Amino acid sequence: MQPIISVQQLSKTYAPRNAGGQPFQALKDVSLDIRKGEIFALLGPNGAGKTTLISVICGIVTPTSGAVVADGFDIQKQFRQARDRIGLVPQELTTDQFESVWNTVSFSRGLWGKPANPALIEKILRDLSLWDKKDNRIRTLSGGMKRRVMIAKALSHEPQILFLDEPTAGVDVELRQDMWNLVRKLRAEGTTIILTTHYIQEAEEMADRIGVISKGSLILVEDKAILMRKLGKKQLSIHLHDALDSVPEALATHKLTLGANGTELVFTYDSQADRTGITRLLQDVSAAGIRYNDLATKQSSLEEIFVSLVRNDSNGAKP
Amino acid sequence: MNVGAIKAIYRFEMARWFRTVLQSIASPVISTSLYFVVFGAAIGSRFTDIDGVGYGSFIVPGLIMLMLLTQSIANASFGIYFPKFTGTIYEVLSAPVSYLEIVIGYVGAAATKSIVLGLIILATAWLFVPVYILHPFVMVLFLLLTAATFSLLGFIIGIWADGFEKLQLVPLLIITPLTFLGGTFYSIGMLPPFWQKVTLFNPVVYLVSGFRWSFYGISDVGFGVSLLMTFVFLGLCLAVIAWIFKTGYRLKT
Repeated sequence: MQPIISVQQLSKTYAPRNAGGQPFQALKDVSLDIRKGEIFALLGPNGAGKTTLISVICGIVTPTSGAVVADGFDIQKQFRQARDRIGLVPQELTTDQFESVWNTVSFSRGLWGKPANPALIEKILRDLSLWDKKDNRIRTLSGGMKRRVMIAKALSHEPQILFLDEPTAGVDVELRQDMWNLVRKLRAEGTTIILTTHYIQEAEEMADRIGVISKGSLILVEDKAILMRKLGKKQLSIHLHDALDSVPEALATHKLTLGANGTELVFTYDSQADRTGITRLLQDVSAAGIRYNDLATKQSSLEEIFVSLVRNDSNGAKP
Repeated sequence: MNVGAIKAIYRFEMARWFRTVLQSIASPVISTSLYFVVFGAAIGSRFTDIDGVGYGSFIVPGLIMLMLLTQSIANASFGIYFPKFTGTIYEVLSAPVSYLEIVIGYVGAAATKSIVLGLIILATAWLFVPVYILHPFVMVLFLLLTAATFSLLGFIIGIWADGFEKLQLVPLLIITPLTFLGGTFYSIGMLPPFWQKVTLFNPVVYLVSGFRWSFYGISDVGFGVSLLMTFVFLGLCLAVIAWIFKTGYRLKT
């Protein structure tokens, strides 16, 4: 299937901010395809290049080299067609403080050259629980409400591709859940969603695919499920009846670690392998006369995978 | 062309003006009225006619031009600087809008506001002194050209400025002195010959002179020269704006 966004060897170097300063390479030869209708989560530490990548695709930042094609249209040569399909919710709460909610959302639709559609604006405001605030000036709204207004503005021109840059930064748990539900609903309606987030839980909860960016380079792009299976560790914890001082010699081949003050043996294994080694381990534990009273398994979280990837990248190791 | 976007920017800017319409109109009307009281009635009554026109009537075109210049610059510079300052410029830059459409929207709104104010000043002047317009079409042409040109200049200042101080710097330190020294309150023929020549380097002289000619048929420089210089200044502003958008100067990184 043709990708809805194709980023090809994109680089961006910012000029020095002052005389004698050094240029800063924010993006290094980034290539990425976004599939139509997916939720793609772009993860990376602060300053990794997430916002720069989004800003280039949306036309706010000029790339130093490379190309971006959105739904078949070059973002620079065919900017009208490309931008017509893209909506952006930026990270910062940048709103027209003195405008009413209704006016600012209507302005956004007009800016995209779309005819006035009060029914659609009403639907968007109702979906975002903003309808009763439609005549309020934006400066009177809370931070969470302002975030909703930013989303309403982006949705007002019916984009096929929606960029959400840190959409739930600084919002409460209830609003975060509302946002997630909205994103799922938009995806169900066919909108492609690219989000950056610091909340790994958010990506784990919603994304179909994950991209990890570090120091301007895209170090990994993978289906979330495959990523978690490939890079995620599965661990079996054996809760012992009596504490041990060290791992017994008879169990050395299983490469166990001792935890919880000697009351827990931890076994790391590949759950997808034909033979996980669990059966043999339990037999050997019994044969060694070690008594246990509970077993537990744990899958490493996306957060653990992410931290491990970024740390490996910093150390120059391959993920 | 994305006409819808031009309309959206234009309406948005006009709505911003209407929100503060009283102070937007009251302030220039009051200051112009004061000019008429001071220069027209108090001091002007002691002056003789200039080229057969009473002093109070003589300064009307210059005062309208003074207001047109300062308001065009103020409206256009603030119009584009404010979204830059608040960050909302991201939306304009990411919309399917060409640079030309952005300029038409912002500059069109700024020019409209200053033309409306110019007409209000003209109506105010009528209350104080006799005013007549010999060449109404030329008057409207100068009004439009000057409002458009100085709104473009304001747009350039708004993009160049990276703080509110800079936004005020050019109007206060350059435009206002040039306007006062551009024959607003006097005919440059009243100056010593050397200063008459120096004054010809002031572009505002041509605007005021041409505009005054449209009212009373009197001018310091030929009407054709005034019109030509206005077009030259308009062309310069357009060239600078074309360069700004080509390079993304202070708009894109």
